[in-house]
Amino acid sequence: MAKSVKHHREPLVRIAKRDTMPLAKAIAVRAIAIALSLVVCAVVIYAITKMNPLKVYATMFEGAFGSKRRIWMLVRDVMMMLCIGVALAPAFKMRFWNIGAAGQVLVGGIATAACMIYLGDVLPTPVLFLVMIVTSCVCGAIWGMIPAIFKSRFNTNETLFTLMMNYVAIQITAYCVSLWENPYGSNTVGIINSQSKIGWFPALFGEQYMLNVIIVSVLTIAMFFYLRSSKHGYEISVVGESENTARYAGINVSKVFIRTMIISGAVAGLAGFIAVSGVSHTISTDTAGGRGFTAIIVAWLAKFNTITMVLISFLIIFLEKGAIEIASKFQLSEYASKIITGIILFFILGSEFFINYKLIIGKKGAK
Amino acid sequence: MDMIVTLIQAAVAFGTVIMFGCVGEILTEKSGSLNLGVPGIMYIGGIASLAGTFLYERSTENPNTFICLVLALVCGIVGSMIGGLIFGFLTITLRANQNVCGLALTIFGTGIGNFFGGSLNKLAGGVGQISVPTTSAAFRARIPFLSDLGVFGDIFFQYGWMVFAVIVIAIMLHFFLNRTNTGLNLRAVGENPATADAAGINVTKYQYLSVCIGAAITGLGGVYYVMDYIKGTWANDGSIEKLGWLALALVIFTTWKPLNSIWGAYVFGVLYWAYYYIPGLTRSSQELFKMLPYVVTIIVLVFISVRNKKENLGPAHLGRSYFREER
Repeated sequence: MAKSVKHHREPLVRIAKRDTMPLAKAIAVRAIAIALSLVVCAVVIYAITKMNPLKVYATMFEGAFGSKRRIWMLVRDVMMMLCIGVALAPAFKMRFWNIGAAGQVLVGGIATAACMIYLGDVLPTPVLFLVMIVTSCVCGAIWGMIPAIFKSRFNTNETLFTLMMNYVAIQITAYCVSLWENPYGSNTVGIINSQSKIGWFPALFGEQYMLNVIIVSVLTIAMFFYLRSSKHGYEISVVGESENTARYAGINVSKVFIRTMIISGAVAGLAGFIAVSGVSHTISTDTAGGRGFTAIIVAWLAKFNTITMVLISFLIIFLEKGAIEIASKFQLSEYASKIITGIILFFILGSEFFINYKLIIGKKGAK
Repeated sequence: MDMIVTLIQAAVAFGTVIMFGCVGEILTEKSGSLNLGVPGIMYIGGIASLAGTFLYERSTENPNTFICLVLALVCGIVGSMIGGLIFGFLTITLRANQNVCGLALTIFGTGIGNFFGGSLNKLAGGVGQISVPTTSAAFRARIPFLSDLGVFGDIFFQYGWMVFAVIVIAIMLHFFLNRTNTGLNLRAVGENPATADAAGINVTKYQYLSVCIGAAITGLGGVYYVMDYIKGTWANDGSIEKLGWLALALVIFTTWKPLNSIWGAYVFGVLYWAYYYIPGLTRSSQELFKMLPYVVTIIVLVFISVRNKKENLGPAHLGRSYFREER
């Protein structure tokens, strides 16, 4: 007798959604991903420099933590990245793809630089700081609000809208740079108020960047509780889960969109204020740099949890500093850091799969 | 008159780079994948072809033009397809978020491009800038007779061959998407993968192929930029990144129709270079003029969403991963 029933072919590997993974296991998965990515990076570095990979990581460590000054540089940049990540958290939690953080940071930076240049001699320092904070927040908020208004009214694609707003902001910055250029013909603004240091962050406890740390820490903690414990935060997460559910529950979705993007933009504007007044004391189209995009990934990886963001920003900046150190030791291009960052991001992003899904191999899973 | 001719020439050369990016991205987006890695892929494509031909030209006394051409194209295409494959593996198989993976790919590609662009010569033991004269000459060769036809020739034929190639690719993509079964299937995948899956279309295969082939076309934009636009060298000034984002903007401007990209790209080119040809602009107000392509894109984006006509909006499933067992 020939077989009359054709067997249905079982796929070798099936994918099924997981409910939730225990925290310890989830951390282990990520740790494995990071470890694997470091191995791949080591291979890449070895292929280029022919240097012992372990030594390379020692060099990276040296580059990031080698001296007190380096540690403060690391902290300064972590704070910058963290601040932008914090700004993005509420928007992303709402599933509003604010790719425009770089633009919002820049307009905040322009506002701050304008205050330093035009009002530096006019206002007493405390008032000047107040004006700088308010204007940078307002500018950032407006930049964030425009796409939100169109999104809530016409369902305009916010990913592409905010992306374009970045470049509008970059060109406005380029305009301001050539307007304020100093010395003439250099096409840079130079250090603003380099003699008087008006509008610069004062050093606290003898440390130049202490104020940055304090401001960003307060923002991080405040945002954590805003998202977790406030009514607004609850509305944001409902809208993020499902707009229809939110509507059914009587939440005014348009209002939540606009309100949240005002907050997101304002914090990003504040990041611009810190970047100009607290870090570089100048403005250029690179003030936001690639930070805007990297911060998006940081915010996403942290699952919008601002406390987790501290760790991830730290990791990314550490790698960046380390890679720059390697590059300068071998007189290679600093862009090596971007390759390493990219590889590590790929691995961490890929590892999310194993947290959200499980693989069922063979017929075990078949009913 | 001369000014108009040079403006058109500048706009066409500029438009060609972003048209490659745009046509590739349209193909990618039609399968429902929003690949924000366009700048990264262009960087990878550009540097791969530059590196390949650089090593070849360095190794021989008299480089063969034909080998240079093939090598440049093959390296560029393979490099950018690897970029597309990384994105595809992360978003299609591992179902990671497309926006985030695209940005990571841009960071990675920018790093690869500028790192090797800056260090390649040094790593190979040379000094100074990279240059690949033979290959670049092959890319910039003009059509002998047609380019000598006075103003007519200047406007239509004073370009390297890739300028014409991209137009052909755009037309081919139009026919593929609108006149073939495979194209119809692809669009079905982008609109509603669950329905396409139920109809027996292999969703994963379509997504992978469209992401990878799309990346290859996008990468050719990088090849054109490196070989023709900046004449076979490397510039660490981030202009590819800017062009990559403009290519993404152009996709919206064309409302996801390859034929529109043919004129749209040149309009963007004119808008981008207009500042250079408007008399009486100061250096600072020129910067404001450079904003035009982006502002126009925003206006188009708002306009199509206000009109809300189905054929002008992007694929319905754009930006989301597909998991069969999800309800």
